[in-house]
Amino acid sequence: MSNRLIVSLSPHVHSGDSIQKNMYGVCLALVPALVASLYFFGLGAAVVLLTSIVSCVLFEWAIAKFILRRERTTIMDGSAILTGILLGFNMPSNLPVWIIIIGALVAIGVGKMTFGGLGQNPFNPALVGRVFLLISFPAQMTTWPVSGSVEYLDAQTGATPLALMKWAIQSGDVSVLKDLPSSVDMLVGVHGGSLGEVSAILLLIGCLFMIVRKIITWHIPVSILGTVALLSGILHMANPVYADPISVLCSGGLMLGACFMATDYVTSPMVPKGQIIYGVAIGALTVVIRNWGAYPEGMSFAILIMNAFTPLINTYCKPRRFGEVIRKEAKK
Amino acid sequence: MKKLQSTWYNMAIVLTVISVVAGAALAYVNELTKGPIAEIQQRNEAQAIKAVLCDDNAVITDTVTNGDVVVYVAENGAAVKTTDPLNGSFGGGLTIMVGLSKDFQVLGYTVLLSNETPGLGAKADEWFQKGGKGEIVGKTAGQLATTKDNGEIDAITASTITTRSFLRAVNNAYAEYAKVVNPHAEADVHTSATAKDMN
Amino acid sequence: MNQLKVLWNGIIKENPTFVLLLGMCPTLGTTSSAMNGMSMGLATMAVLIFSNLIISLIKNLVPDMVRIPSFIVVIASLVTILQMVIKAFAPEIDKSLGLFIPLIVVNCIILGRAEAFAAKNGPISSVFDGIGMGLGFTLGLTLLGAVREFLGTGKIFSMTIFPDSYGALVFVLAPGAFIALGYLIAIINKLKN
Repeated sequence: MSNRLIVSLSPHVHSGDSIQKNMYGVCLALVPALVASLYFFGLGAAVVLLTSIVSCVLFEWAIAKFILRRERTTIMDGSAILTGILLGFNMPSNLPVWIIIIGALVAIGVGKMTFGGLGQNPFNPALVGRVFLLISFPAQMTTWPVSGSVEYLDAQTGATPLALMKWAIQSGDVSVLKDLPSSVDMLVGVHGGSLGEVSAILLLIGCLFMIVRKIITWHIPVSILGTVALLSGILHMANPVYADPISVLCSGGLMLGACFMATDYVTSPMVPKGQIIYGVAIGALTVVIRNWGAYPEGMSFAILIMNAFTPLINTYCKPRRFGEVIRKEAKK
Repeated sequence: MKKLQSTWYNMAIVLTVISVVAGAALAYVNELTKGPIAEIQQRNEAQAIKAVLCDDNAVITDTVTNGDVVVYVAENGAAVKTTDPLNGSFGGGLTIMVGLSKDFQVLGYTVLLSNETPGLGAKADEWFQKGGKGEIVGKTAGQLATTKDNGEIDAITASTITTRSFLRAVNNAYAEYAKVVNPHAEADVHTSATAKDMN
Repeated sequence: MNQLKVLWNGIIKENPTFVLLLGMCPTLGTTSSAMNGMSMGLATMAVLIFSNLIISLIKNLVPDMVRIPSFIVVIASLVTILQMVIKAFAPEIDKSLGLFIPLIVVNCIILGRAEAFAAKNGPISSVFDGIGMGLGFTLGLTLLGAVREFLGTGKIFSMTIFPDSYGALVFVLAPGAFIALGYLIAIINKLKN
C-alpha cells in the first residue's frame, strides 16, 4: 500500500500502442493475402515465405548480437517478421533458396541494421532487398510462375500482365492487351506474378482492416491509388496502347506497395499533408516508370525514391507548434 | 630561393614559359610515338580482318570507305568495320569488325571498341562467337535479331540493349557489303533484308 | 626514417581512398574488376610521382596567384604523355585501360597532393609522398575492384572462385560500387581503431 502515490513524469495515460501491437497488426492484415498466395502457388510459396521470414529474423538476431553487441535483441518486436513476409511477397514462387537468403541479408543487414535498426533506416528494408535482387539476379527475379502452378522449382512460367502491358507500349500493338486476364481474374488473383501481387482484393481487405484498427491512416494508400488511376486513365483515353486503369491498379506490386510498403512508419512522412504529397509523387513515379522505364514494374523504385525525400517532406510539412506565431505576422 | 611575387609581369612570364615547355614536351613525345601507334593500329586491324574472315592469308583486294564504315573486300568475302548506325549501345561507341562470306553468311566478328558494362554488355566479345550462347556465325540477315524481336539470336542475359545495338551494327555491315557487291541493286537488297526481318 | 614515414602515411594513415576520400570518381568508376582497379591505381601513381617531383622543383618559380593553372598544365601534359607512351609501347595495357587514362587529369588526389605536399616540401620527400599516396590509392582500388569482381562475377583477377551465375550483378554496376565502398570504409575504420 505504500506505493499508491507515485509521482512520475508525463505521460500519465498510455494508449496501449506499442511497436509489437502495430507490427503484428500489419502481419495479421497480410494473412488473407498470404493464404491466397499459398492457394495459388502452393509449395513454392510456402518455401519462399518460410525461408524469407526465418532468415530475416536470424540475420536481425545475429547482427544485433555479434556485430552491434547489443544486450537486448529486437527480433520479437515483429518488424523483422514483417520485413520477411513483405520480402517473400515480392519474390516469384520459384526463386532458389540461396537467392532468398541473400535478399534477407541485404534487406536486414544493408537496409536496416547498418543504419542502427528499426526507426533509423531511411529506406524500406524489404524493398532494399527486393531491388538488390532484381538488379543482381534479373533472370531469376523475372521468371514468374503462372498462377495455380503449385510446384516449387519446376513451376510453369509465363508472362505477367505487367510484361504484356510493357510489350504493348513498346510494340505499339493494342492487340497484345487482349491477352490480359479479365478484371475479375486480376482482382481475385488468377494471374502470374510474385507472391503478394496476385490477389488485389485480399490486399485491399487487409488495408481496410489496418485503417479501421488505426494502424495506418487512409492518406497514403488513397493518394497513391488515386494518382495512378487518374494518370493511367488519362493515358488510356489518349492512346489505348496504355492499359485501362483497373488492370493497372490490380497488376504488379501496386496494391501491396500502396497498402503495406509505402505506409511503413519509419520511412513515410508523419503528417497527413506530407503523406498526401508523398503518395501522389509515388503514384506519378510508378506510372512514369511502368510506362517509359526500363523495368516493367515501377512501384518499388518509386517508393524507394520517395523514401529518400521523406525527411525533406517532413521538414516542409512540420505542423505549427501550439502558441507559435508565423514570423511574418510577428514582425507586423 | 625566394618565392616569386604575384605581379602581372611574373605571372604572365611563368605561365607562358610553363605552357611552352609543356607544349614542346608534348610535341616531342607525339612525334616519337606517332609511328608506333599508327603501326599498332594497322597491325591490329590487319589481324582483326584475318581473324573475322577465318583466313590467315586473306588478301585485301579493295577497300571501300563510307563514313565510319570501312569494307575490306577479300577473295572469300569481306571484313566490314562498322558501328551501330543509331549508336544505341549502353556505353556508346560500340565498334565491331564483321567477316561476311560471299553468300552473305557471318564468318566471324571481333569487337574493336566497346564501352559496355563489364559482366553485362561487355560479354559481347564472346557471347556471339562460334560456340557462344548467342552464336551469330553462319547466320544471315533475316535471322539476325534477338528472339524477343522475332529473330534467332539469344540476347546477352540482362543486356538486351547491348545485344540490339550489336545486331544493328552487324546488319549495317550487311547493308554496306551488299552495296559494295552490287551498287546498282542497292535498294533491292536492302528491302529484301527488311522484308525478311518482318517475317 | 622521415621518408619512410611519408611513405607509410600515404599507404595507411592517410590512405587516399579510405581515409581522405579523394579521387572518388575513378574509385567508383573504374573498379569493376581487380585488374582494372590495379591498372588505374598504377597509372595514377606514375603521374603522381612525376607531378609531385616537377611541382616541388618549380614551386618557387611559380607565383601564388597562378599556381593552380600552372599545376594543371603540368599534370595534364604528364597524363597526355603517359597516354601516348602507353598507346605506342604497351598496347595491351591500352586495351584494358585506355578509356580511363585521360580521367587521371581530373583526379583530385594529384592536384590535392601538389597543393598540400609538393608545393611545401622538397623534391625527394615529394617523390616519396607520390609513391606512398600512389600505392595507397592502388591498394584501395585493387581491394575495391577485387571485392566487386568477387561478389559480382565470382572471380578475382579473372580466376573463377564460384560460377558466374551466382554473382550478384549489382556489384559490377554503379550502385554496387557505392555499397561496396561504404562497407569497406566502415570495416577499415573499425579495424584501425
